[in-house]
Amino acid sequence: MGIAETYSRGREFAIERPFALVLGVIAAYLLGDLLLGLVTGQTQFADIGSLVWDGLMRGLVIGLAGIGLSMTYSILNFANFSHGDYITAGAFSGWSTTYLLAGLGRADIGALVLVGAGGSVYGGTLGIGMLSTPLAVIAGIVVAGGFTILLSLAVDRTIFKPIRDEGGITLLITSIGVAFALRYLMQFVFGSDVRGTTAQPPSVGLYLVDGTVFIDAHDITLLVIASGLMLGVHLLLQRTKLGKAMRAMADNEDLARITGIPTERVVRSTWIIGGGLTGIAGYMFILWKGTLGFNDGWLLLLLIFAAVILGGIGSIYGAITGGLVIGLTASMSVLWIPSAFARAAAFVVMIVILLVKPSGLFSGRSTA
Amino acid sequence: MSDASQPVDEVATKVDEGALGSFASGVQTTEEYPLRVEGLRKSFGGITAVDGATFQVESGSLTGLIGPNGAGKSTTFNLITGMIKPDAGTVTFNGEDITGRDPHEVANRGMVRTFQIARELSEMTVLENMMLAPQRQRGEELWRSVLPGVRNDVREQEEELLERVWEVLDFFDIDHIAEEYAGNLSGGQRKLLEMARALLTDPDMLLLDEPFAGVNPTLEKKLLKHIHELREQGYTFLLVEHDMDLIMNNCEHVIVLHQGRVLTEGTPNDIRSNEEVIEAYLGGNV
Amino acid sequence: MSVRDDIAARMPGGDAGLIVATLATAYILYVLAGVVLGYDLRGQLNSLATLTFYIGVFAMLSLALNLHWGYTGLFNIGIVGFMAVGVYVMALVSKPLYVAGGAAQVGGLGLPLIVGIIAGMVAAALLGFVVALPALRLRADYLAIVTIAMSEIVRFSFLSGELQQFQLLGTRVGFGGGSGLILDFVPPLEALFRSVGLWGVYLGFVDATKVIVPTNPKPVVDGLIYGLLLLAGVTVFFWLLKRTGESPFGRVLKAIREDEDVANALGKDTDRFKIKSFMLGCALMGLAGILWLMPQGAVTPNFFRPRVTFFIWIALIIGGAGSNTGSVLGGATFAALLYQGPRYFQNLVTTVLPNLDSPPGFGQAVGPLISQLDPVPFLLYTIDSIRQLQLVVMGLVLIWLMHNRPEGLLGHRKETASVISLSRPKAAAAATDGGSADGDVQTDGGVDVADSNGGVDDE
Repeated sequence: MGIAETYSRGREFAIERPFALVLGVIAAYLLGDLLLGLVTGQTQFADIGSLVWDGLMRGLVIGLAGIGLSMTYSILNFANFSHGDYITAGAFSGWSTTYLLAGLGRADIGALVLVGAGGSVYGGTLGIGMLSTPLAVIAGIVVAGGFTILLSLAVDRTIFKPIRDEGGITLLITSIGVAFALRYLMQFVFGSDVRGTTAQPPSVGLYLVDGTVFIDAHDITLLVIASGLMLGVHLLLQRTKLGKAMRAMADNEDLARITGIPTERVVRSTWIIGGGLTGIAGYMFILWKGTLGFNDGWLLLLLIFAAVILGGIGSIYGAITGGLVIGLTASMSVLWIPSAFARAAAFVVMIVILLVKPSGLFSGRSTA
Repeated sequence: MSDASQPVDEVATKVDEGALGSFASGVQTTEEYPLRVEGLRKSFGGITAVDGATFQVESGSLTGLIGPNGAGKSTTFNLITGMIKPDAGTVTFNGEDITGRDPHEVANRGMVRTFQIARELSEMTVLENMMLAPQRQRGEELWRSVLPGVRNDVREQEEELLERVWEVLDFFDIDHIAEEYAGNLSGGQRKLLEMARALLTDPDMLLLDEPFAGVNPTLEKKLLKHIHELREQGYTFLLVEHDMDLIMNNCEHVIVLHQGRVLTEGTPNDIRSNEEVIEAYLGGNV
Repeated sequence: MSVRDDIAARMPGGDAGLIVATLATAYILYVLAGVVLGYDLRGQLNSLATLTFYIGVFAMLSLALNLHWGYTGLFNIGIVGFMAVGVYVMALVSKPLYVAGGAAQVGGLGLPLIVGIIAGMVAAALLGFVVALPALRLRADYLAIVTIAMSEIVRFSFLSGELQQFQLLGTRVGFGGGSGLILDFVPPLEALFRSVGLWGVYLGFVDATKVIVPTNPKPVVDGLIYGLLLLAGVTVFFWLLKRTGESPFGRVLKAIREDEDVANALGKDTDRFKIKSFMLGCALMGLAGILWLMPQGAVTPNFFRPRVTFFIWIALIIGGAGSNTGSVLGGATFAALLYQGPRYFQNLVTTVLPNLDSPPGFGQAVGPLISQLDPVPFLLYTIDSIRQLQLVVMGLVLIWLMHNRPEGLLGHRKETASVISLSRPKAAAAATDGGSADGDVQTDGGVDVADSNGGVDDE
């Protein structure tokens, strides 16, 4: 038995060790390179601070949007490729509201509703911002969440529900169809130009060793809203009956059905919670970065998938952690590699996780 | 082993001859105990499904593996055939350590399994299912299948295989459904197909996971007849089965698994009178 | 069993007849549209050449995808990445050497086109290997995410300034970055005809066509001939994949698609088969990408957006995954109706109503509709935006297909995976009694289990 154990362990090591070894060497090299840069003054602490902050913000958006994706992934058992376009839809609906409230009387209503399509009106000109037009922003957040809930329920009712039992791949392919239909419908309505949406928000500079890290009002807004919503979802899933039912369904749908959990109602709740968070994430993403285009959600989607897989499908903590890791990776990778590859770096992290631990960091802890 | 070379009846002989095509090795069990399992252990999460199972299967025997629900029978099968990797323990087949080998490597070495719920390849015809099974087909190399000149070699072998496939179809009396999609077969027919398909891999040993579940009595009798005929040709069988009477009446050796361990083993008579076994079955589940 | 099967069965010439009939229908429709548009002969020939071009590339690509998805069950949604690698590597190898002051910012290795094409295919296959090695063991949806992420990594890489230009073998080469790469090698037709010594003959032929197209016939003839070459390419793809499918190799692929564990338990090294199938498909995707972009004169990374992958998937699903005939039909239908059709429709409308200005944005389009119930600006805007709406329509078509005909227009079509006909060999047939019931499944003692239709799962 001793020999056998040694043998099988040796086999395992032969497979796993080189991986761990290579990863370790790479990590050490990157760290060494960074430290060297700091010592020689090529890299500044403040630069790193700014990148970390940037990554954190990005990570919050990804994490917030990732919760919804992770929930539908585990409860409905399919990778929803239209999720990215829900984000965009939420952003457009919310920003339409914000423009309307902030610019009423100052610009043509049509131009405002269409979020200044074709350069008809600019968010900067309207002075939009959390501190300058707080009501318009808050109303925008609410509408973004509400509209995305309605959208995801409507899509579910008409498109996903009839083929719910067909298996994950059928649903996945269908969701790609939904994604394209939605995205180009939005392009048809709102145009294809990327518009600036906010006026420059006030910011404070934090002194850090050799420079300043700027944090603006919209960063803070994102931080507060995202953490608040994350905490809310945590409480909802931990403390309520609904949360328990969702966790049960993510574990085993058939069993859940047998034990009398009203699965259709849980599905609807999933879309409501997921859709709401996704829409708000879309709005906050635009508030934070200050520009809006019809491709924004789609471009974010792959990073969100990366985050969700990294964290482990079905785990909301996994989605949040994964979001932060992916966000930080995408932002900080420019310390070592050209910025054109920043996004690629995030995907590489995902692929490495799939190799090393395909079930994700928080595996086996469904929706909790 | 001793009776392996003796032809038994006409049908069996036919199969045997068919089996000796240019690619077939015939039954080549050289060991007295082709399958040895030692200290096999596997846990899932915190639950130990198989906990140090040790047993061996005699060459040319029809050995039954029984045990109450959750005793670890299916897991043991999966561990032996490489579907899952054991945490500890060894599996030796024909004198070679095959622990942790991939299923296809195990099958290549002459041990093939069937599944509890027949896993026919539903969108393939019965014939395609059967043609898939033989090992080391030339045409499995992509270039041989595609390049014009060499494809004739493949064609030749396909023709040989096809003859053998039809012989086995006849042997199992499923020749009339040969063109049918496997997904359209009845449950019993699927079981027959699975066994026929397994046989075409030209194994020394077959592991049958509940081959009679969901099979009606007429077909059950037929299947049993086939198994006995094959055994007399020298094939070794390890059989998981729920139906006690069936095991007791047909197997010469019975292994009782309980809580992932071998509780006892022996002839059906030994088992029948064993107090522990009765207790395990009554205590474990009812 | 479906209506479509009957059509195929009744069609003279079987599958080939069906393909020819579909193509003929498409061409007739386009000619008719050309008549309405008042095209002269030149215009007609050009439009047919374009149609043929797209039918060719989409049929090839959906054949290659069919090998992945239809045969092996590999969910690849990164097709465009393999195409991009094929094209860019081909350009790197075959572009002429860098000359200072020339039109091209970077050069290539200056090797013959055929070497470049092979290099591009090999590179695509190698990328396939790199993706497949880790990803094939993963679930289908993970493979999907990995492949699409890979295709985006490829696009970002070609976009990046770092690979814009670099030194290779002592000469200045590169991928051109975001501004694109000029494909300044010998035009493919010229290279082809020169290599077989028929370039002079071809030029003579072009000259002779002046009877039909009096002025400058070369572009027209080039387009038509290239289209025909692509159709020949489709035939080669079809032949290759048919042979691949109808073989012991294809049988194992089919088994993997149905149930990988079973194939593995029957002694097949399924990982090896999957990798081979994946690499072959990737090489073919690379080749199709090369054939698509080679005559375009230039290539930019943003051509290779995921939407091209989406096009190919729709083409395959229209025809029906698993069937080579279906792949070709799907490719042709997609190219004629969904890809070229709307653009043609747009031309048609703007020709019939030439002097109408469409509003610049949705607001101006929908405003009159709401305030004065005047639908004209909205309709004009719709027609003007047909390239975006086309994608909306494609999305809806995909949804409709998944709801109503997930098995494609050809229905559940299966091509037997074997080199030979699997009917009973004649010698053996004579030996047995001739009374075998044909097709009746339940003749065998009525054996049954509770779940007798458990075999319809499609994975």
